[in-house]
Amino acid sequence: MSDVADRVRKIVVEHLGVEEDKVVEGASFIDDLGADSLDTVELVMAFEEEFGIEIPDDAAETIQSFGDAVKFISEAA
Amino acid sequence: MRRVVVTGLGLVTPLADGVEESWKRILDGQSGAGTITGFDPEGLATTYACEVPLGDGSDGTFNADKYMDPKERRKVDTFIVFGMAAAQQAIEDSGWMPEDNESLERTGILIGSGIGGLNSIANASLILEEKGPRRISPFFVPGALINLISGQVSIKYGFKGPNHSVVTACSTGAHAIGDASRLIQHGDADVMVAGGAEAAICRLGIAGFNACKALSTERAEEPTKASRPWDKDRDGFVMGEGAGIVILEEYEHAKARGAKIYGEVLGYGLSGDAHHITAPPPDHEGAERAMKAACRDAGIEPSQIDYVNAHGTSTMADTIELGAVERLVGPEAAAKLTMSSTKSATGHLLGAAGAIEAIFSILAIRDQVAPPTINLDNVDAETTVDLCANSKREKEINIALSNSFGFGGTNASVVFGKVS
Repeated sequence: MSDVADRVRKIVVEHLGVEEDKVVEGASFIDDLGADSLDTVELVMAFEEEFGIEIPDDAAETIQSFGDAVKFISEAA
Repeated sequence: MRRVVVTGLGLVTPLADGVEESWKRILDGQSGAGTITGFDPEGLATTYACEVPLGDGSDGTFNADKYMDPKERRKVDTFIVFGMAAAQQAIEDSGWMPEDNESLERTGILIGSGIGGLNSIANASLILEEKGPRRISPFFVPGALINLISGQVSIKYGFKGPNHSVVTACSTGAHAIGDASRLIQHGDADVMVAGGAEAAICRLGIAGFNACKALSTERAEEPTKASRPWDKDRDGFVMGEGAGIVILEEYEHAKARGAKIYGEVLGYGLSGDAHHITAPPPDHEGAERAMKAACRDAGIEPSQIDYVNAHGTSTMADTIELGAVERLVGPEAAAKLTMSSTKSATGHLLGAAGAIEAIFSILAIRDQVAPPTINLDNVDAETTVDLCANSKREKEINIALSNSFGFGGTNASVVFGKVS
């Protein structure tokens, strides 16, 4: 779990250019971390690439926060 | 008629980042050419180009961090980064950074590119082939589109006037400045951010122009000697990259705010060759018509031109352009005319060429000096025109004309003058 969280956090920091300590469990990509809708598409792509999984579009729409991403990936990977 | 003046300049060139540093090196006769460092040119017929010198910003190097943060840069092609950098320089130079809505709505952008995000398209195509469509970034399209410099400038500075772009191959920069002037004259805007940007030095770009037999291939051992307009031993153009942006402003508007005025856009002329996709006709009568139209628009006789910044790419077409200029001004004026090609130093910046050369023409008027044509050892023509071979020429320059010609047989000439 923590390994997944660390890897997800690293991707979020890199793509959104935010401070690492801002990337907390409930942090919303759009509301708290400054992402726009295209950023979230790219984030999901980066998660797929990093973890070798496929995230279908309907599932991608439910990944709104850092916590959502970690939870989804932990269950999928 | 509303008059249009130039109140800000921005340059990113293979000589240096910045207007004054680029200009100083041009006047010194330096070359921006070298062996390609941005990628491995192995296997290409041409292995040299005029690349923008990257670095920490010292000694004229280009430090992208000064202009766009890395997070934003990751989403756009390099031609947009160059365009944003030159736009920032020009806007800061002009001091025009309004905050009220009316001023913002009266300020527009018209920045073009000849090719746009070619390297991004090449890379995305590889990803599509190797990894499939789900790996194409959502930023691929908005990061490669030609009009997205205009879009990005509009967003960054809040300019809400005309948000426009132009694509006419190697005439792009000249058309952008000419068209933007017309928008101001016509009342669509009071201030326009105008120019061109290019970053097509990539494997696909070099391979493509090599296939057209347009690039110099013979001087891998001494790239700084490769771009040599009008010289007998020229063998094609050297590709350059960078951006040139000017701030164009309605004269009374500029005066009212006490803006520094570099010069005036006196006239603009356009024409088509209706001849061939890459070559001009033997007499380049279309170039002559574009220059004539620009002089007519400026209300001047061609014989009044003091300096011509030539299209002069270091190809066979150089002497054809020279012939058209000689016919335009007539034998008497030709003997007093100074003409040079700054592409000898910068290489050919394609869609940015007309914009950086407009700036060199304006600086020639400001400093009363014509920049040199370097590497011009043996002129491949009989002419009385002073081609500024290998040294700058100090002389009275009140009127300068800048030429740009592009694939597709598209010609543009812009006449600049001192503000009287």
